[in-house]
Amino acid sequence: MSEFSVPLLLVVAMILATVIIGIIATRKSKTAADFYVASRSVGVLMNASAISGEYLSAASFMGIAGLIMKNGYDALWYPVGYAAGYLLLLLFIAGPLRRFGAFTIPDFAQGRFDSPGFRKIAVIFVLCIGFFYTMPQMKGAGITMGTILGWPYWIGILVVGTVITFNVAIGGMKGITLVQAFQYWAKLFAISLPLCILMSVYGSYNHGLGAIGADSKGSARIDSDEPATVNGAEKAPLNTISMSPSATTVIDLEPDHHYRISKITPARKAEAGEDPIPVASLVRPVKNSDKFDELRAQIVSGKSFDVTSGLFLVCDPVAVTKGGQPVMKDGKPVKTAAKIEFETGGPISFSAGKTMKAAETNAIVPNAPSNGKWLNPFGPMASKWGYPLLYTYSLIIALVCGTAGLPHILVRFYTNPDGRSAKRTTLWVMVMLGAFYVFTPVWGVLGRMQMPGLYVNGGFDSAVIKLPTLLDNKLLGDILSGVTSAGAFAAFMSTFSGLLVSMSGAFAHDIYGRMLRPNASPKARLVAFKVAAICVGVVSMLLGLMVETFDIATMVGWAFAIGAASYFPLLLLGSWWRGLTKYGAASGMLLGGLLSLAAIVTNMLLDKKVIVMELPPIGRALMEQPAIWGVPLSIVTMVVVSKMTSDRIPPDITLKMLRLHAPEEMGVSADYIAH
Amino acid sequence: MTDDSGVDRKLTSQEAEDLMNRVMKRQAGLSLRVAVVFLTILILLPLFNLYAPELAATSVLGFPLTWLILGVLFYPITWALSNYFVTRSDQIEAEITQEEAR
Repeated sequence: MSEFSVPLLLVVAMILATVIIGIIATRKSKTAADFYVASRSVGVLMNASAISGEYLSAASFMGIAGLIMKNGYDALWYPVGYAAGYLLLLLFIAGPLRRFGAFTIPDFAQGRFDSPGFRKIAVIFVLCIGFFYTMPQMKGAGITMGTILGWPYWIGILVVGTVITFNVAIGGMKGITLVQAFQYWAKLFAISLPLCILMSVYGSYNHGLGAIGADSKGSARIDSDEPATVNGAEKAPLNTISMSPSATTVIDLEPDHHYRISKITPARKAEAGEDPIPVASLVRPVKNSDKFDELRAQIVSGKSFDVTSGLFLVCDPVAVTKGGQPVMKDGKPVKTAAKIEFETGGPISFSAGKTMKAAETNAIVPNAPSNGKWLNPFGPMASKWGYPLLYTYSLIIALVCGTAGLPHILVRFYTNPDGRSAKRTTLWVMVMLGAFYVFTPVWGVLGRMQMPGLYVNGGFDSAVIKLPTLLDNKLLGDILSGVTSAGAFAAFMSTFSGLLVSMSGAFAHDIYGRMLRPNASPKARLVAFKVAAICVGVVSMLLGLMVETFDIATMVGWAFAIGAASYFPLLLLGSWWRGLTKYGAASGMLLGGLLSLAAIVTNMLLDKKVIVMELPPIGRALMEQPAIWGVPLSIVTMVVVSKMTSDRIPPDITLKMLRLHAPEEMGVSADYIAH
Repeated sequence: MTDDSGVDRKLTSQEAEDLMNRVMKRQAGLSLRVAVVFLTILILLPLFNLYAPELAATSVLGFPLTWLILGVLFYPITWALSNYFVTRSDQIEAEITQEEAR
């Protein structure tokens, strides 16, 4: 346990700093305006730091580095989309939204359409997006504690959940603004400094990319000494290893562990007319194994079998044939190799070549795309369903429009004094986010070169925490790993605080203060906010416990896709098109948002084989990345239904539009909720 | 929640409508101009990767060209666009305020 004490110390320091800064900042937090919008008096740089601090979540801090390590170039669109989405927000939404002057986004929904009913729909989406965004933060906290300390999953969730619920309940928005601003700078430090030291040892960014590019036929290689673990069925679909079709790989299962292999199939999906590939040609036990014949029979039988006393399995590349003739592509024979599915996993090592000479111990790591596919566009992620261009565009739309449709981020624009400073704040947010995101791909490159073992079990999310521990200087490695762990904790805590303010606001302000008790006293409203914060905090922790096997970036993707097809069209059209009616806005939000959600969830259930259905690949591509149809569907529905109900345009629409767009000095703007 | 709070002079509905159109037109013109540049870059980069893969993979300082564009240069490009927008938007709003105050 002693070697883990340094990271723990740094994580505890980060948590304490969060609590202390929160308490200091909250001493003056008393009124409702303090709690919801920090009295609309936050300066540009402070607010930009706070928005950036809130935005850089577990997905940004750990997930993106992992996604780039796994998928290469295609995953670069994630950080770029996360940062560049703010440009659309700046161009079309930030200024008008602030000039409207509400407390929450549902306030905007109700005020723009004079419709209390529409507020209810808006609240549902705030909560839906909020909870989807909360779950991955909780998972991040759980696995980070697990990685650095070996603690059970639930402890990290309990720690982060309790600390932040406390901070939000005592100080609301005013309490967390300073904390989030501090956490932005902590995260920037934590992502950049360890990287600079690691690059000085393992080579720079361009050096790493150059080395990968120079050997485009090659792949990531794993040393037989490097520990790797293969997952069992409880982590499905991350319990398979697909061997490289370009060279023989020997798998070594340890003698003192119990493994169960449930399935051996070719890694490449057979096309129509191709000859079936017998399992016996994909894997064979090493000749000198005592129980060679028995094992061979078990492997050939196609049933699951147990390995309890160690095993060397040789996996050879196999040529794909069609009617006995080799299948050719680009003048070369097409090959495949074994894909092995484990029901019970354990430690595993890999070596190359049949003779296992020292020079051949660097095996190609399973599950890793080749260097060329990794480095170039339209690699394994975008080409997964065979429509790489469509997939890429849909991903770009989801990220860029989704950023402009996240209510917990949008609500921060109300903390600016006026529309002009809201725009300046957005500009600075883009600079701060860019400065952070430019470092994340470097972690992915380093991970691919130095920690290929992560490809074996899909543990990419932990690359940022684990990479520093490779340093020869163990103390320095521990300190740096502690710095990234503390940065990761800053990420969960700041994002969760923002979500908690936004969701508590929805309950206390929109549901309690507007729907249930419109006449409640200011004091009762504050109590309601605190009670809501505690309840939402507890529910978030419970939800976090349920999502251990889900991918962090995937879960955040859900929130983005729903935001892109619901809030983004609402705010865009609501701010710029006077003809939008409440019926148009509501039907567009519901149709686009709910269908996108349904598509993503169904696709996830298909991936996990909870439901089994044969769908054409284009259908799967459109379900995995629904933004390319969800956003236009939502916008078109809004326009069509609004045209049909054009008699319901609010009578004072001209004044509303002026309030959204005229500079404050003209005297036509007034905060929807003054204080 | 008074809708006319802050309006320091009475506008007839026709005047208000004209004012709204003038204000929104100038703001929207600027936003659309910048958005077109931004969306063009977003749309063209995947097409560039698809139709000129060799050029996209050219090594520049060790980076493949397209990686350098997307992973590094993209951020300063968006900063420049937003800086242009914020500066111009401030100017436009100052102009509007001045003209309408006459």
